[in-house]
Amino acid sequence: MNNLSQRNQAERRFKTYGFLAVLVAITFLFVLLFNIFSTGISAFKASYIGVNINLPAQSERSDINPRKEFKRQVYEMFPQVTTRSDKRNLMSLFSKGAVYEFEELLENSNKEDINGYHWFLAHADVDMYIKGTVERQGNEAGRINPSRMQYVDVLVEQNLIKLQANQYLLYSADSREPELAGIKGAIIGSFYAILIAFIVSFPLGVLSALYMEKIALKNKFSNTIETNINNLAAVPSIVFGLLGLAIFLNFFSLPRSAPLVGGLTLAVMTLPTIVIAARSAIKSVPPSIEEASIGLGASRIQTLLNFTLPLAMPGIMTGTIIGIARALGETAPLLMIGMVAFVVDVPGTPLDPSTALPVQIFLWADSPERAFVERTSAAIMVLLIFLVLLNLLAIYLRNKLEKKW
Amino acid sequence: MTTITYLAIFALAVYSFIINKSRAVSLAKFSNLHSQPYYHGIYSAVFMFLPAITLLILWTSIQNILTNLSIKDYFGDINDPGLVKFYINSVIDYSSGVSTRVIEHSGFLPAVERYSSLTYTNSILKIIVAIGLSVTLLRLSMKTVTVEFKAREYVERLFVMLMKLSSIMAIVVTVGIVLSLLFETLRFFSMINIFDFLFGLQWSPQTAIRADQVASSGSFGAIPVFVGTILISLIAMLVAVPIGLYSAIYLSQYAPYKVRTFAKPIIEILAGIPTVVYGFFAVITVAPFFRDLGDKIAPGALSGESAIIAGTVMGIMIIPFITSLTDDAMNAVPSSLKEGSLAMGATVSETTKQVIIPASFHGIVASFLLAFSRAIGETMIVVMAAGFAANLTLNPFESVTTVTVQIVGLLTGDQEFDSAKTLSAFALAFVLFFLTLILNVIALNMVKKYRELYE
Repeated sequence: MNNLSQRNQAERRFKTYGFLAVLVAITFLFVLLFNIFSTGISAFKASYIGVNINLPAQSERSDINPRKEFKRQVYEMFPQVTTRSDKRNLMSLFSKGAVYEFEELLENSNKEDINGYHWFLAHADVDMYIKGTVERQGNEAGRINPSRMQYVDVLVEQNLIKLQANQYLLYSADSREPELAGIKGAIIGSFYAILIAFIVSFPLGVLSALYMEKIALKNKFSNTIETNINNLAAVPSIVFGLLGLAIFLNFFSLPRSAPLVGGLTLAVMTLPTIVIAARSAIKSVPPSIEEASIGLGASRIQTLLNFTLPLAMPGIMTGTIIGIARALGETAPLLMIGMVAFVVDVPGTPLDPSTALPVQIFLWADSPERAFVERTSAAIMVLLIFLVLLNLLAIYLRNKLEKKW
Repeated sequence: MTTITYLAIFALAVYSFIINKSRAVSLAKFSNLHSQPYYHGIYSAVFMFLPAITLLILWTSIQNILTNLSIKDYFGDINDPGLVKFYINSVIDYSSGVSTRVIEHSGFLPAVERYSSLTYTNSILKIIVAIGLSVTLLRLSMKTVTVEFKAREYVERLFVMLMKLSSIMAIVVTVGIVLSLLFETLRFFSMINIFDFLFGLQWSPQTAIRADQVASSGSFGAIPVFVGTILISLIAMLVAVPIGLYSAIYLSQYAPYKVRTFAKPIIEILAGIPTVVYGFFAVITVAPFFRDLGDKIAPGALSGESAIIAGTVMGIMIIPFITSLTDDAMNAVPSSLKEGSLAMGATVSETTKQVIIPASFHGIVASFLLAFSRAIGETMIVVMAAGFAANLTLNPFESVTTVTVQIVGLLTGDQEFDSAKTLSAFALAFVLFFLTLILNVIALNMVKKYRELYE
């Protein structure tokens, strides 16, 4: 046997390894979160360019062609711009959405108060330069070539480019233009899918948990169900996607890309989680309460519905919320049922084609446009915030409502 | 139209509940009812609602089949069944106003007319019959409100049936998974020899466009895909096992209570982060990190799709699966064993190595198996960070592909359900499903064993 000091050294080494392992795991988490948040936070602001609007006094509102008028207003700020290519370069600093912003401005304000500086969305290339995402090299930065850069320099000098709250990221649907792309469509799509998943899987899960815990006799049949539930919980999520594809799309011919199908697929996936959580919650209700109810003459079903179920509800809800949170972050099964389409409209009903938040993240992460990187991180931040809120709700329910017997 | 019918029947059910309940209440003033009034209400509502709804749904589905058959005749001259199906759908869309596209075919407009008139008469008839049935049943159910009628027992029996049906859902889902995978897999194996699939060394499903193409059958050898999957999962295990095991040992044997309650939930957050986030992290942060590192040692040796990148990130993801389960298993070891060893003069590390780990061996191995099964079924990380081309290699610095990457690649975008290319995804999924199932069954049995041993 080794001597004591060697053994003590080995002991200290072992303990240090363990401590380091915990530290490494926690470090991974913080590196991940720090990375996402540090790249994503800038996407909540966007660059806007100030344009001095000066409408001709005599013209009627209906005579104004917004597209031409907007260009005219911009050219007036740079009297030296005359050639076609220069004009095109100048206009390319603005987003395609800037014209619509101008149109909206025309509609929403009186002709008298309209004159003066207004701020219009800049192109993603300008935005990245202003935020410092792309480095300036001599007279160019990323895709801003010298002929575009001269205008950017003038605008920066005159303080006519500023960062302000991004009005598109949270309030519009997907777009090919990074500066116009938003996650509203994806959030609504996710919301519908999650809602349907909840509506389908919650009653099914609770009813089957009640049956398995309180009604079913311990026989082969109930054993089969139990093994099935446990195994379903470990099936890779992509297999559920294939199930959705084969059953809901090919067999029942439900619409492709719809949150309805996504919700049903996620419901199937969440079902085992809910059943397992509900069973343990039901199991923890003390039998004395049920016996008291039976003793007072209630039937078995009356006891279940009036005593067992309400007392187990906080536990069931906690498990359900955790299951739903997992479904919210799930991407792979949604890819299988075609929720990866490029959708520019916010879905109005669960039957409209749509994406979901995690799928939107996947789509943006796949995009070659560099400006999508910060938006992807921002979308992840929103997703993580939703997940944190759901989990906090679950923790609250567990701590406040669950009775300790 | 149909929606209004459903709503009308639902409204009738509510009415039936209210009226029969109030009748039962007035009966209860004079005598003791067997069942509470609301049971009479529920009984009568269900008594009316279920048959009416069943009739509606059955009628609608039969009607759809029959009308489809009757308008099929207008396109009798077309041989391609797929095209006929498309025309029929166009007729339906046109008549219901979903689309305004007119198909260039002599039978189209007559078919639309026939379809519209058929559906019109049919839905009128359907509504009359459904409402008539509901009203008849409503009148019948009013007769059941008597003192001795055992409404509660019927309602409870129905509820138990509902519970039973819900719990059968678990079996239905499993059978659904197996059948839907099996069905397409068998179709795949009718085109491709099963042994070519399981033992072939060449995987390039994209090249087999025509059936007579050279090497079209040889390109479905799945060995490179399986090897890639195993390689990435093994790298993940190499990352996760030491970190997961050592942190479980630290948390269960050394950590003060405060550290433990703080560190364990934080590590478990790693399992709650959506995998698409890990995929993005792999592409944006880990891949450049490894590329820079690789360029210092051997420039150009590492691509952004190397197995080691996806493997490492996946390893981070599965750490908590190992930590939690191993921690549970170690805590389940009776303290008498641990204290006995300590009292004999062994240090904590010696006790851990020689007593705790052997005693919780089943649980630890189970956690490894579950983590491994999680790793081979993981999709988003590999879809985003691993390659699509199938290389048969064990070199972690080369790009490999996995089963899940192939499934996603083959099934997103346009699909034709008759090509071997699409069907091969189902065959891969079938293998994946069974592999994870077997791992899971073994792991659950092991967990059961240690529970039985100490509880």
